[in-house]
Amino acid sequence: MGYPNDLRYTSEHEWVRQEGGLVTVGITAYATEQLGDVVFVELPEVGREIEAMKPFGVVEAVKTVSDLFAPVGGEVVEVNISLGDNPALVNHAPYGDGWMIRLKPTNPDEMKALMSSEDYERFLEEQHA
Amino acid sequence: MPTSTLKHTPFNAQHRAAGAKLVDFAGFEMPLRYSGDVREHLAVRQRAGLFDISHMGEFHVAGPGAVDFVDRAVTNDVAALEVGQALYSPMCRDDAGIVDDVLVYRFPDHLMMVVNASNVAKDFAWLSSRRPAGVVLEDRSDATALLAVQGPRAADVLRGHVPDAALDLGYYRFFAGPLFGVPAVISRTGYTGEDGFELYFDPAHGAVVWEGIVAAGQPVGLEPVGLGARDTLRLEMAYMLYGNDIDDTTSPLEAGLGWTVKLGKADFAGQAMLKGQKERGLARRLVGIEAEGRRVPRHGMTIERDGRAIGVVTSGTFAPSLEKAIAMAYVETAVGAVGTAVEVVAGTTRIAARVVKRPFYTRGTHR
Repeated sequence: MGYPNDLRYTSEHEWVRQEGGLVTVGITAYATEQLGDVVFVELPEVGREIEAMKPFGVVEAVKTVSDLFAPVGGEVVEVNISLGDNPALVNHAPYGDGWMIRLKPTNPDEMKALMSSEDYERFLEEQHA
Repeated sequence: MPTSTLKHTPFNAQHRAAGAKLVDFAGFEMPLRYSGDVREHLAVRQRAGLFDISHMGEFHVAGPGAVDFVDRAVTNDVAALEVGQALYSPMCRDDAGIVDDVLVYRFPDHLMMVVNASNVAKDFAWLSSRRPAGVVLEDRSDATALLAVQGPRAADVLRGHVPDAALDLGYYRFFAGPLFGVPAVISRTGYTGEDGFELYFDPAHGAVVWEGIVAAGQPVGLEPVGLGARDTLRLEMAYMLYGNDIDDTTSPLEAGLGWTVKLGKADFAGQAMLKGQKERGLARRLVGIEAEGRRVPRHGMTIERDGRAIGVVTSGTFAPSLEKAIAMAYVETAVGAVGTAVEVVAGTTRIAARVVKRPFYTRGTHR
């Protein structure tokens, strides 16, 4: 499984894409495979301040549930409302239409603490060693 | 547990070839899912699904007194079984706690008990300790492959590959006959709420039967189905999962299995305690819970009413056929009537829910 090299990753299996002054957050294909079919995503309200590595939402799959962790702190400027009608987008397009929130980061340097795609792949291999 | 120490069923290579996600279940490496829980679930409700349930245990009980022995060990009426008939039953301790929930098959010269994979050793020890002289109890779990074909098109999948008489079997009837040319026990049973068959045969023929069913099922859209969808299918029917909904500390009456408890039959384990429970009434009962939104009540979550804990969730899932979050929970009898509004404690939030009738799904084809 290849992980896009333009994204940065957390140990909780979120990804982050930096676009201008904003970052988009979603969960990785590895996460969706572990979860199975996603049936509901609980996301924060626009305008809420969230803290790095604190839970900001919940993803419910048929068989399991998982918290979503904020890769970086910041203000929520947009949430993916299309997941309300179609949560399966998270399974089908985890790096595209299945994105979850957009943040205005409080401290963009927090991005540096996240993993590159190579780091993340190595992390997953170690997890399964 | 490292993969290498897990037991394999006769179909492990087939699961790998089909791209299944494999998990440890009761010490076996089992398919959790192939294509996806929802797709597999709906295939069974609408067409047909193929399940490997070879991890389950099979005991043979023979010798004079075998029927009486099993009848005393379980709560349902084994003595009333005809040859070629099977039944579902709890097997209780003397304190009415459930040792296991089992199937009992009556053959001309012996009985077969089908037990949960996680309970094989416990059940065998339990039965051995009560076995009278003359009764032969044998664990044939490793010598038995077990597949289930379930769904409204299950009979179409097997047509031409089993004797026609197998397709005329009534629910909970079985007979011994060829399956893709292989000697088998063909049983019209299942745990999905749909019509279907459970097929017992020699593991040496595993590949022939698996490939045969997959090929025969292709025209009707049969899919292999993993433990994930097996759980959502059984939970929509409010069927028990041992270890979650029932265990050594729950009684069959509390679990709503009163229909399997024949208090009037001859002596059986747990009888006195169960009679007492029936006379005194039950402090708690296993009820159906339906959530208002899509947050799912999960195993172990507390149920509250008016801020007071009144019960605990035993099983919960998103139900693909109903598109709702459902659960089962032990709830205080006095406050758990159908229609009661409750809250399920999910971490820092509360899931609004209410007590509903079981089963949740009522449009199945089982008969």
